[in-house]
Formats: sequence, structure tokens, C-alpha cells
Amino acid sequence: MTPTTDHAVVSWVPVCRYDDLEVERGVAALVEGTQVAVFRLADGTVRAVDHHDPFSGANVIARGIVGSRGDVPTVASPMYKHVFDLRTGACLDDPSTALRVYPVRVSGGVVAVRAAAGTG
Amino acid sequence: MNPAHPATRSHLVVVGGGMVAHRLVDALLQRQGADASWQVTVLAEEPRAPYDRMALTSYFSGRDPDDLQLGDPALWSDPRVTLHRGDPVTAIDRVATTVSTASGREHSYDALVLATGSSAFVPPVDGRDLPGCFVYRTIDDVAALRAYVEELRDRPVARGRRGGETALAGAVVGGGLLGLEAAGALRALGVDSHVVEFAPRLMPLQVDEGGGEGLRRLVQKLGVHVHTSTATARLHAGPDGRVRRMDFADGGRLDVRVVVFAAGVRPRDELARACGLPVGERGGVVVDDTCRTEDPKVWAVGEVACIGGRTLGLVAPGYSMAEVVADRLLGGTATFPGADLSTKLKLLGVDVASFGDAAGETAGALPVVYADPVAGVYKKLVLSDDARTLLGGLLVGDASAYAALRPLLGRPLGGDPAAWLLPEGVAGGPSGDLPDDAAVCSCNNVSAGTVRGAVRGAVAAGGGCDLAAVKAGTKAGTSCGSCLPLVKKLMTAELVSAGVGVSRALCEHFDISRAELFEVARVTGVRTFSELVARHGRGRGCDICKPVVASVLASLGAGHVLDGEQATLQDTNDHVLANIQKDGTYSVVPRIPGGEVTPAGLIAIGAVAVEFGLYTKITGAQRIDLLGARLEQLPEIWRRLVDAGFESGHAYGKAVRTVKSCVGSTWCRYGVQDSVGLAVALELRYRGLRAPHKLKLGVSGCARECAEARSKDVGVIATDKGWNVYVGGNGGFSPRHARLLAEDLDTDTLVRTIDRFLIYYVRTADRLQRTAAWLEEIEGGLEHVRAVVLADSLGIAGDLDAAMEAHVAGYADEWRDALEDPVKLRRFTTFVNAPGTPDPDLVPPARHVGETTVRHDGGDPDGAVLHTRVALEVVPR
Ligand code: SRM
Ligand SMILES: Cc1cc2nc3c(=O)[nH]c(=O)nc-3n(C[C@H](O)[C@H](O)[C@H](O)COP(=O)(O)OP(=O)(O)OC[C@H]3O[C@@H](n4cnc5c(N)ncnc54)[C@H](O)[C@@H]3O)c2cc1C
Ligand code: SF4
Ligand code: FES
Repeated sequence: MTPTTDHAVVSWVPVCRYDDLEVERGVAALVEGTQVAVFRLADGTVRAVDHHDPFSGANVIARGIVGSRGDVPTVASPMYKHVFDLRTGACLDDPSTALRVYPVRVSGGVVAVRAAAGTG
Repeated sequence: MNPAHPATRSHLVVVGGGMVAHRLVDALLQRQGADASWQVTVLAEEPRAPYDRMALTSYFSGRDPDDLQLGDPALWSDPRVTLHRGDPVTAIDRVATTVSTASGREHSYDALVLATGSSAFVPPVDGRDLPGCFVYRTIDDVAALRAYVEELRDRPVARGRRGGETALAGAVVGGGLLGLEAAGALRALGVDSHVVEFAPRLMPLQVDEGGGEGLRRLVQKLGVHVHTSTATARLHAGPDGRVRRMDFADGGRLDVRVVVFAAGVRPRDELARACGLPVGERGGVVVDDTCRTEDPKVWAVGEVACIGGRTLGLVAPGYSMAEVVADRLLGGTATFPGADLSTKLKLLGVDVASFGDAAGETAGALPVVYADPVAGVYKKLVLSDDARTLLGGLLVGDASAYAALRPLLGRPLGGDPAAWLLPEGVAGGPSGDLPDDAAVCSCNNVSAGTVRGAVRGAVAAGGGCDLAAVKAGTKAGTSCGSCLPLVKKLMTAELVSAGVGVSRALCEHFDISRAELFEVARVTGVRTFSELVARHGRGRGCDICKPVVASVLASLGAGHVLDGEQATLQDTNDHVLANIQKDGTYSVVPRIPGGEVTPAGLIAIGAVAVEFGLYTKITGAQRIDLLGARLEQLPEIWRRLVDAGFESGHAYGKAVRTVKSCVGSTWCRYGVQDSVGLAVALELRYRGLRAPHKLKLGVSGCARECAEARSKDVGVIATDKGWNVYVGGNGGFSPRHARLLAEDLDTDTLVRTIDRFLIYYVRTADRLQRTAAWLEEIEGGLEHVRAVVLADSLGIAGDLDAAMEAHVAGYADEWRDALEDPVKLRRFTTFVNAPGTPDPDLVPPARHVGETTVRHDGGDPDGAVLHTRVALEVVPR
């Protein structure tokens, strides 16, 4: 584990203020060239996944409807309504496909995202 | 593709890849399961997998040939099946047990099934081979016919000698089922079509004299010319060598540019004849009631089989034969149950159904007839001599009673037969007490008991049960579909009696239906999703229930669709007040009420398109779509449009879309009322009304119906005395014609009637249920709705009226409101951390036509205000 090197290479990019995020409605952010969809959930947590929808090829995930399936917090792509797990990025309608998830940090009222996709 | 153990399997060869061949292979595979004993080879003459020949005509409405494919295409990649397309069988050697094909291949068989169908019969008329003469049997026939007509249409000479006045004329030889289909197809191609029938009436095989007369009126009303008792003598070529004139035996003649022969079919029994198998007197391979020929290894099914001394030209008996052979090949003992020659057809939009002894040939049979020559309705029931048992029937012009009547064949009708014949007389239907052995689906031979069993099975297994499951499990309703209303009724009754009830749950978050949710919100006054889901549901919602709640709240007048929490409920279209496109950009459709637009308005729209680089297209609903707008461009586009006097057209919402109109009495020499004026008034009255699904209206200025009002949810047609109003029409996936709700209304009564109809629909329909489906579903159907809106049978008319008044008074343009609210405007950025930056991945698609060189300078913005907005603003009553 070399966390320090990691931080030096891919840094946390501030994207907006926490208060700017509407509950259960996403925004898109450009994080070092990558399009990331950022969501604030009803329980206050913030999640970030790919903005790119693998099914339609369009950059639209942030514009989907946020909700839940069982206990899983979800977003449905606005294009063909595929539903994704916001914690893991997995597509619940097609297990062979997943969105990348990005680490999110909220500090000092600012939301920051790290561009290197993590495992959630 | 190699079978696992080819040596242990017998080889079945099927000649012909038509509808019945498909059913045979499907049935055999399903029945034999995994431990397959048969390897199947299908040798098809046509270059494609089996398709739905009955739906051939829909190919004219622009369907892709692939849409006609039958069943699950996976059947043809099953390792136990091989399909050779485009390779007809040319000979059968019964001694060597082989068949050979045109490409020179040879296949040996353990069993051989002939499923070669029929070919079109072309009567021996001189000139029948001229270019321009067609038959109507295969996709290729239809494609050739279409290409020919389109080519003629594009050549100026085809438009007739008097300067393009004359429409292209075409004739169909044969006024039976196929002839009328073909005439409809020609008409759809813009051809002025004539049907020439030798017999004294249309559909001589199916209908009696009275029915034929009703049919003639209906068909003529649709603009198809009918010539009965007329024999075609010869066809003449024009100077270009193509067909140009048709002469009749009685000396009459017709100038025609295209001729379709639909004078019957002949079984394709040529292979059987050549290998010495017996054929029937009028053709067809002779088989016994197990579908076997005199050669124990050779079978025949479908239209080519001569069973019980005759060939059968419908798909249902063919399917029964396929099931019999599948059963026999696996050692079963099935026999052909006899043909049910019931048919229900929709020819040129006219319903015709005949079942049982429609002609009344049974000794002592009593016909009971209802005829309305004006409406073109003719209905006849044939009863036994004691007037109790139903022997058959014929329905022309209104076949709504067919699904319920057919299973009662041979059974007591119960009650007064007249009740079945009067218009709308069968709203309830008798499904509840239908005996288990009554056939419900004649295409697939499924009884009421089988349907009930499937429902009970699904309930016992603990799973849910819906129509799709019943269809998949029993095959009922999977062919012509005419039995579906009945299947659904049986299913519902069974579910209710099993104590399960039909699940009306919206989704996993709400156990109640949309209509119930609407009532809950209306009565409790709860106006937020969070509270509704906490009190009446669970979880955080989803892309199904959130937009439903958003729509309900909007209908209840809970403010702008982007106010507060409501914004998070909206699908992206409603969230950004525009329609999402495949690349993530949006389209913008300004309202153009009634299709009326000023030149200045057109220029203003053009100027916006030029400024923002948008693609422009005239939509199918009389307005203009501006496509390719990026999220961050939307507010500025609206600002320009709003300044020019436009407003949101709600193309994005489940809401009132447009009121389409024709030019009407202002300009048109036939118009009897001002259709544009009414359309504009209606559109301005109902604009912004949210609903369970989109709502479209139309107004035509006379019965010629150029606004296609009867294909709308609400259609208004002008009469000399006022307006006729029709409801429950739509285009789209299953087109329906709207049905008459009320006649000759004055404008005030008309508006009040539509007000009530719309609000009643908004309150009680299911999610994504258009008015047609709602009218089918709601208890009592159209009759009930008519009673509610015209006679206030539920005592809620005042409430409905008040709801519409509140809507009209509360209307505000959603674009303008968004432009005036900085909080709402914040949503229109592509990237929260780079507001001016567009999505770098966007590449606009190319146009199909070049840019014109004419440029306008934008014009005077004041001049761009729509005339209609000023002159015809609707004042709430
Ligand atoms: C733009 C337009 C096509 C065109 O270029 O002509 C269009 C475009 C779409 N139609 Fe349509 N329809 C358009 C006229 C029609 C018409 C013709 C008409 O209205 O006279 C019909 C058949 C009439 C009818 O609705 O009964 C029509 C029947 C449908 C249907 C099938 C509805 C049904 O009941 O079966 C859908 C699917 C749905 O709504 O579920 C649909 C859905 C759609 C969607 C929303 C599909 C989607 O989700 O992307 C398309 C939106 C694209 C966009 O951004 O505008 N569109 N669509 C037309 C817009 C008209 C307008 O000015 O608002
Ligand atoms: C426009 C139209 C509308 C219709 N509407 C209805 C309706 O509403 N209700 C209804 O019940 N019926 C309807 N029918 C009739 C129905 O389509 C037929 O009854 C049904 O298709 C018969 O199926 P089949 O498999 O016996 O023959 P087909 O579907 O005709 O299939 C036979 C196939 O065998 C092929 N073939 C022939 N000879 C050879 C050979 N030597 N080698 C290889 N292949 C060969 C042919 O090319 C053809 O593809 C309609 C027919 C048409 C044309
Ligand atoms: S939905 Fe309408 S506009 Fe879109 S592709 Fe289909 S027909 Fe065309
Ligand atoms: S009767 Fe044709 S599908 Fe059931």
C-alpha cells in the first residue's frame, strides 16, 4: 500500500458545495477529463459514478431518477431506464455491465471526487 | 450446430417455411423437451424465416419485414433445428426416402411433412402477365407491388393527362378477404382503388346478402370503389407495354395502372402429385384425420392438406394440424378435431367476424338480425329451432361481441339474443360462467378451463400472474389476438375467486394503483412524494412511481413541475422541459395551436435554429421540432422563442400534446365549421394538462376528416348542426379508431363534454394507459363513461367541471416560469464545476437535405406574435 504516492498522482478534485446538491437529483462534473455523475442521497451520503451510460453511449447518468430497489440506493438511466446500484455501480438489470464508482469526500461543506475509479 | 448424438435421432424434413411449418417445429421442440428424439430440417423456398403472413398488409405501413417474424428467433439457432432459406424442394423420392432441392442438395428423411401452403390463383384473363399485374401472398410480392406503385407515382406521366388531377387508379380482382386486404394496401399507397368481384356481394364465402351490403357501404365510405357481379374479361397494355386498361365482360372498362389478383388460392401440391401421392378433387394432398398421407412416412399440414375432403384457408386449422403431427411424431394419438372456421378480420379498418353456421344452413335454424344500414352495421345470430342454442353468427361493422359469443357456440345463449346485437349491448360479457370446455382461443385451441388452470397454477406456485404469463403458458391470444379481451376477463375472474385479486401495485414502492394514489392525494391533501411514500408506500421510489406521483401532483395543481421536491421526481424530459435524444441533447417543440402559424412565427423559429445550430424538422403533429439543443442552451433558446410569442408545447410531458386541425370552413370549399378556430380554442384550454399518458386531440371541418381526428384521444368532426365528438383513438403501436361519444353538440356543450371526459380519464386511468385502453378497461366501458360525462350518472360532473376550470385558470407557461426563476435555471448546466463547457463527446448528426441558400434576417419580433393567441384566447367559462 502506497497511499501517499496515490494521492500525489490522482488528487481530490472539488466539484461543488454540498448545499448545492439537490437531494436525490444528480449533477455531472468534469474530473480531470472524466465525466462523473454525483448524487446526494436522502440519508445525506454522496455517491459518484460514471456519467457515461454504457447502454446508450450518451453522457446522461446524472440526469436519471434516484430511488431504491430493496435496500439498494439506485439511479435509473434516463435513456433506456437501466437501473444501477449507486454504491457499487453494478447494473441491476444486466449483471454483466457496471458503472465505475469514484471516491467522494465532503469536507468543509465542499464535495470532492477522486478521478481514479475505486471499488466503492 | 451438430446434434449431440445424431445417430440416435430420427430426421424430420419439413418442406416449406410458412406459418404452419413454424408451428410444427415449435410444438415438436416444446413437446420433446431436452431428450430430443427428432432432428429437424426445414427447407424453405422464401429467403427468410417464417413470418406472420396474416399481418402482411402491415408491411405497407412501413414495418420492417423483420417485425413480421413469428415467435422467438432463437428457435432457428436451436441445435436440433436447421433452416435452409431460399432453397425450394424440387422432387421427393419416396423409395429412397430423400428430397432434393433447387441448389442440388439431397436430404434423407425418416418422416417428411409437406407444409407448402398455397399460391395465389390467377384467373385465365388475357393480359394477366403484363407488367403492373401482381399477386398478394408473400413479403416479396408486397415489396414488388409497393416499389412499382412508388415508381409510377414518381413519374409525372403517371399523374394522368390533365395536369396531375387524376389519382393513380388500381384494381383488385377478387372481393374476398384477400381482395379487400389488397385494396386497403393499394389505398394506403395512395392509389384510387377498385375492387372487382364476380359474385353479387363482397366476401361471398363469409357473409350473407345483408352482411355484404353493410360491408359494401363501409368499404365505399372508405373511398374504395366496389364493382360486384362484374367479371374481368381482359387487360390491355399502354404504349409503354405496362397494364393500362381493364375490360369487363359486360362491356364496361376501367383505366388502371396496377392490378392485383386476389381471386383465391390453390394448394401447392405439385410435389405430391409428382411423387404419386393422391390429391383431392380440387387439389390438396389427401390426408387422414392424423394428417398422414397414404405413405406412412409422409404427412401434410396447413393449406396444402386436403383433410375431410377439403382444404382449409385459415391459419387456425393449420395450427391444429401442426399440433396433431407433433404429437403423432412423438408417439401420441391426437386426431384433427375438425376445423373451426371462425374468423375475425379487420379489413380496411372494418370489423368482420363470422363463426359457426353463419349462413344458417342447419335445419330449422332461426336467424336474428340487427341492421343499421346508415352506420354500416349488420349483425346476425343463428339460433337453434327452439331459439336457445347459438349455432353461429355474422358481425359486420361492429364485431365487439365476437370474443364473447364464439365460445358459446353450441351452447344456450342465455337471455335475450337481441341484447347481443344492439350497439354496445355486451359491455359485461358472459365470461364468468363460461364452461371449462368452451374454446376461448380458436387460433390455438385453448379452452376456458386451460386458461383458468394456468392462472391457478401460477397462483399455487406463489408467483404473480399477468396476461403475458397466461399467453406464454397457454399460447392463448398469441396469434390473431382477438380472444385477448376474453382471456383477460377469465384471468381476472379466476384471480379474484382465488382470493388473490389482480395486483394493481404500481411498483415495489406502492401497493396501490395510480388511480388509487390519485384519490389518496386528492382526498388527504398530501402534496409531497416523501410524505406519500412514507404513509402509503416504502423505500425511496423509482423511475416508475416518482413520475407517476409527479403527474398526479401536477394534475392536482401543486404548482410548477420543478418546484421544490417535485423536481426530483421528474423524468429527464419533464425535468428540463425538453425531450432527450439518443446522444443526450434535447429537442425543443414550441406550441403551435391547431397547426396555425404566422409567417413571422416561422421566421422567428428559423432564426432561433440558425443562431443555435439546431436541426429542424416538421413533426408528425403539425409543429416544428428543433433538435440537438445542449442542456446549457435550453434557457436561451426558450428566451428567444418566448420573446417571439411562443410557449412550451409540452412535447416532453405525459400531457396534452396538440390539437391537430384541417383548414376548415375558412378556406376549404367543403368545410362546414371553423375547425382551426375550435382546435386553437381547445388547445389553449387544455394546454399543460398532465395525464396518465399523452393526450392528443383533433378537429376536422367536415366528414372528409383531413385532421385524422378519429385517430386521436378526442376527435371532433364538424356536422351541419354542430360537432360530433369521438373518444379513445390513437395511432402508435396498436392504432385504434375513436368511437362516437356524442353527436351534433353545440360548441359549449362540446367543450363541457371534453372537459369532463379528460378529467375523468386523468383521475381514473392507469399509468401509461391511453384513453383507448382505459375505455376498454373501465367497468362498463364507453357506455359508462358516456353516462358519467353526459348524464352525470355518478353525480361528480360539478366536481369534474371545477377541476378543469381550476386547471384553465392556473395555467402558466412552464418555460417562461423557469426563465424567471434563478433556482430553476441553475439546473441547465452540463457540468456543475465547468458551467460554460458543453459535453465534449457530442457530434451532431448530418442532415438529409442541404441547407437552402435563402436567409432571413430574423424579422420584426413584434410581428412574430401569433395571430391566434390574440384573436382566439379562450376565456374560462
Ligand atoms: C418528434 C415526433 C416525430 C416526428 O419528428 O414527427 C415524435 C417523437 C417521439 N415520439 Fe411520437 N413523435 C411525434 C409524433 C407522434 C405521432 C403523430 C401524431 O401525434 O399525430 C404519433 C402517433 C399518434 C398517437 O400518439 O396516437 C406518435 C406516437 C408515439 C408513441 C406511441 C403511442 C401509443 O399510444 O402507442 C410513442 C411511445 C409512447 O408514448 O409510449 C412515441 C414516443 C415518442 C418519443 C417521445 C420517443 C422517445 O421517448 O424518445 C419521441 C420523442 C422525440 C423528441 O424529442 O421529440 N410516439 N408520435 C413527433 C412529435 C409530434 C409533436 O409535435 O409533438
Ligand atoms: C394477406 C393475407 C392475409 C391473411 N389473413 C388471414 C387471417 O386474418 N386469418 C387467417 O386465419 N388466415 C389468414 N390468411 C391465410 C394464412 O396466412 C394461411 O392460412 C397460412 O399462412 C397457411 O400456412 P401454411 O404454412 O399452410 O402456408 P404458407 O404460410 O403459405 O407457407 C408455405 C410456405 O411453403 C413454401 N413452399 C411452397 N412450396 C415449396 C417447396 N417446394 N419447397 C420449399 N418451400 C416451399 C412457400 O414459399 C411458403 O413460404 C391470410 C393470408 C394472406 C396472404
Ligand atoms: S419514437 Fe417516433 S420519432 Fe422516435 S424513432 Fe420511433 S417513430 Fe421515430
Ligand atoms: S383466437 Fe386468435 S389468438 Fe386467440
